[in-house]
Amino acid sequence: MDSHAHAPHAADAHGHAELEIPFTVEIRPDTGLYNGKLGIWLFLASEVMLFGALFSALILIRTSAPNWPRGSDILNVPLATLNTFVLIASSVTVILAWANLRLGDLKWGRIWLGVTLLCGFGFMIIKAIEYGTKFSHHLFPKTNNFFATYYLMTGLHGLHVLGGMVVFAYLAGPGAKMFNTKREQFVNRVEVTGLYWHFVDLVWIFLFPILYLL
Amino acid sequence: MSDHADHNSPEAIHKEKRKYFIIFGMLGVLTILTVTVSRLDVSHTLHLVLALTIALVKGSLVAAYFMHLLSERKLVFAVLGLTLFFFAILLWGPWHHHYDAMGDDLGQPQQIDTTSTTTKTH
Amino acid sequence: MPKRQLRVGTQWLYVDEAEKLLREAIRIRDEEQRQLHGSGHHQSFISKYIFSTDHKWIGVQYGVTALVFLLLGFSMMLLMRYQLAWPGKPFHPLIAKFLGASNAPGGIMLPEFYNQLGAMHGTVMVFLAIVPLAVGAFGNYLVPLQIGAPDMAFPKLNMASYWCYLPGGLLMLLSFAVPGGAPSSGWTSYPPLSVIATRGQDIWLLGMVLLITSSLLGSVNFIVTIVQLRAKGMTWMRLPFFVWAQLVTAFLLLLAFPPLEAAAFMQLMDRVFETSFFMPSGLVISGTPLVRAGGGNPLLWQHLFWFLAHPEVYVLILPGMGIIAEVIANNTRKPLWGYRSFVGASIFLGFMSFVVWAHHMFMTGMGTVINSFFQTTTMIISIPSVVILSALLITLWGGSIRLNTPMMFALAFLPMFAIGGLTGLPLGLAAADIHLHDTYYVIGHFHYVVAPGTIFAMFAGIYYWYPKVTGKRLSERLGKLHFFGSFIFINGVFFPMFIQGLAGVSRRLYDGGAQYEHAKPVLHWNVFMTVSAFGLLIAQIPFIINFFKSMVWGERVGANPWEATTLEWAAATSPPLAHGNFATMPVVYRGPYEYSFPGHEFDYYPQNVPDPTPPPAPPPDGGGGLPQAAVAQKES
Repeated sequence: MDSHAHAPHAADAHGHAELEIPFTVEIRPDTGLYNGKLGIWLFLASEVMLFGALFSALILIRTSAPNWPRGSDILNVPLATLNTFVLIASSVTVILAWANLRLGDLKWGRIWLGVTLLCGFGFMIIKAIEYGTKFSHHLFPKTNNFFATYYLMTGLHGLHVLGGMVVFAYLAGPGAKMFNTKREQFVNRVEVTGLYWHFVDLVWIFLFPILYLL
Repeated sequence: MSDHADHNSPEAIHKEKRKYFIIFGMLGVLTILTVTVSRLDVSHTLHLVLALTIALVKGSLVAAYFMHLLSERKLVFAVLGLTLFFFAILLWGPWHHHYDAMGDDLGQPQQIDTTSTTTKTH
Repeated sequence: MPKRQLRVGTQWLYVDEAEKLLREAIRIRDEEQRQLHGSGHHQSFISKYIFSTDHKWIGVQYGVTALVFLLLGFSMMLLMRYQLAWPGKPFHPLIAKFLGASNAPGGIMLPEFYNQLGAMHGTVMVFLAIVPLAVGAFGNYLVPLQIGAPDMAFPKLNMASYWCYLPGGLLMLLSFAVPGGAPSSGWTSYPPLSVIATRGQDIWLLGMVLLITSSLLGSVNFIVTIVQLRAKGMTWMRLPFFVWAQLVTAFLLLLAFPPLEAAAFMQLMDRVFETSFFMPSGLVISGTPLVRAGGGNPLLWQHLFWFLAHPEVYVLILPGMGIIAEVIANNTRKPLWGYRSFVGASIFLGFMSFVVWAHHMFMTGMGTVINSFFQTTTMIISIPSVVILSALLITLWGGSIRLNTPMMFALAFLPMFAIGGLTGLPLGLAAADIHLHDTYYVIGHFHYVVAPGTIFAMFAGIYYWYPKVTGKRLSERLGKLHFFGSFIFINGVFFPMFIQGLAGVSRRLYDGGAQYEHAKPVLHWNVFMTVSAFGLLIAQIPFIINFFKSMVWGERVGANPWEATTLEWAAATSPPLAHGNFATMPVVYRGPYEYSFPGHEFDYYPQNVPDPTPPPAPPPDGGGGLPQAAVAQKES
């Protein structure tokens, strides 16, 4: 019985003995997960609580206000609907990216990651147009609580979109070198970022009707 | 290597591509439905129920198929279940305080002036 | 040809097995030598010591930083207590010069500065000292070792975690230097006051965002590490209780902090962008109506803040309980009584901690239904704490108690935590809270749980694990001096607070209640408490001397000076190997507290020692020669 497994070491490019952490890539049998996958789900759980606090604030502020405008009377529904399609599409493209990478096709993996990035850009540009028109009509967060909650929730969501885009840009760009050195770990990174991206899409799926339509 | 989730093998991935496009289509239809339903002339409560229900369906599709939650491990389910419970508590707490408060704890109610901003600002 | 056997300790080994062991021992020694004298591949100073990804060094970074913040928070308290005992009395000229004319003109503390000290003392102690020490230092250092892992699951994330904490902490301290001074709206930052407060409050909010990020990264790391990186044979029910405590703590941090982060963004928006999330309509400040949209709710902040801050107090106590459990089991030479109840109670405690938060808001006009709900859950949550405390007490029964310094702190923890916990009960009852809310009774209650509670547990942990981290022992004489001094004076500081609170003395009063008639009979306690506080300061001097002196001149120890059973003692050197912790990854064969195992030769049975093969019968002719190293002729 081999009970003397050594502390795993593998030399990296600089000759440092880099520590190999178990189950970074291979799946731990009794949990069925690799470390990154569990990590991202835990992080998403905390994000549920973050947006939960914002929804809780919205509920309290809205139900205690004597009158509250309909979102569709003030906000740009067509643009936001377009944004919804853009984000859902980007969710599909990120899965296609991961699928291609899983099948060993780096070129098409990067292309689909690029399309995802483009969708993200599109989302942010439409957002910028929305905000810009509001500002030009002197509608700021301080105007009233309807706008305060609108800017806060869409703003924080937008920051999350940006964050995801930064990671995708890294993975499609300089980070893609890992495809040739540690392929499975690289594909896992794309999968894990994809999960984060789907969550951002999920939040928008709830934000859109609650802010814009009700 | 474990084959814990069949969506990882190359053959399964090809099959899944078709599924993703179908789900995409469904999500698109549901989005259009969301906007259409919001235009109906019904009570605010019904609007709320319908909007949230459709959003829940859309969200479930994203979670179940895009995030592969359907085939995910029990451990992840447990973490999410616990989180959703606390999420519900967080949503309930402040609101119930307002609902079950002693006296007038909010001072002057806010008047949101919509007269100067009702024109659509695109 | 008969195979020769060698008797090694309690076992008979074939010669080739003995040779394998000897080679292993030589390998470990060479590895240690390499570590001490450099191994040929160069890791820059910056990547090895500044931006280290080694959980042990990160644990040390957290520990040293947190202890410095602890001293700073302590100093802030001393300044406040001076003012409380002798209101309006000038400070010593040197101190007055240090504080500056904007805070203490003529050496006399301004009320604004008192408020700054109050807010910062709380913030520094909770967020910059105790949690980083309990979780960042002890947790980071010990969890991978105790579960038999080479490091945390995400070493780089661990490094990022520390490097969000340090800038966040420094930013908080910097706030003393901005115009208007440090945040002064309490560590609780209630609006509307916090929204109209000076610039320092923005720094508090930004600092909190950094600290919450640090905490978030850390908690993901802890949970994944404990779930995924347990060594072979380390089942859930064989985990040291310290690890369970850290696991529950990590979940609390993961799920409870985000609402405060959201609330911090909202308060920042209220302050910087003049929104009205927390600002009600019709506010008049110093005679001038505040021009703002209004319509907000200050209670929204309270809900979101306490949604975090209540689980936070369990974050403060749970790691401490974990440490006490380890120290008590080791120094009674007995297994923990009721291991499963420890585990169940801590899980239940963690869960309940999310549904009690509004007991901090009994006086905010909540209705009877919601008040009753939170009162009920608060009463229920006292049960798991009692279970854990009782189990610790029962563990002492029939034990062979060794009264070393860590054990003394651990024993003192028990009644101190009991007082802290019991005084929480009247606060948790809405009716009694009407009288006690916002009085010194509250301050006495929570300080008892955190100061002679958690901080004593931290001291126990430092005395206990210092040999593992440094390879040197702390002086027992200085340790006991530190203990007795701290124990006496800390009670002197906090016990009178109950007396003052029951008399109705409010908290956060710059003059300690001097202006109130009802405070007059109990005012003299202020002097007593301040003198005790300075006594407490002096009692720390032996500890500080001991800490640094022993690093250089302390008695050198081996891997397991306390004769403990858990993996950090039994399977790792002191200090552990830099890369990967263990020369060979341990395998676990039994539970964490197999002390006084019946029939075993020693009174401790480490987790990683395999069950021995029964020794073969000794040869009939005796063999001759030395009994211990007898080489016997044996038929193969």
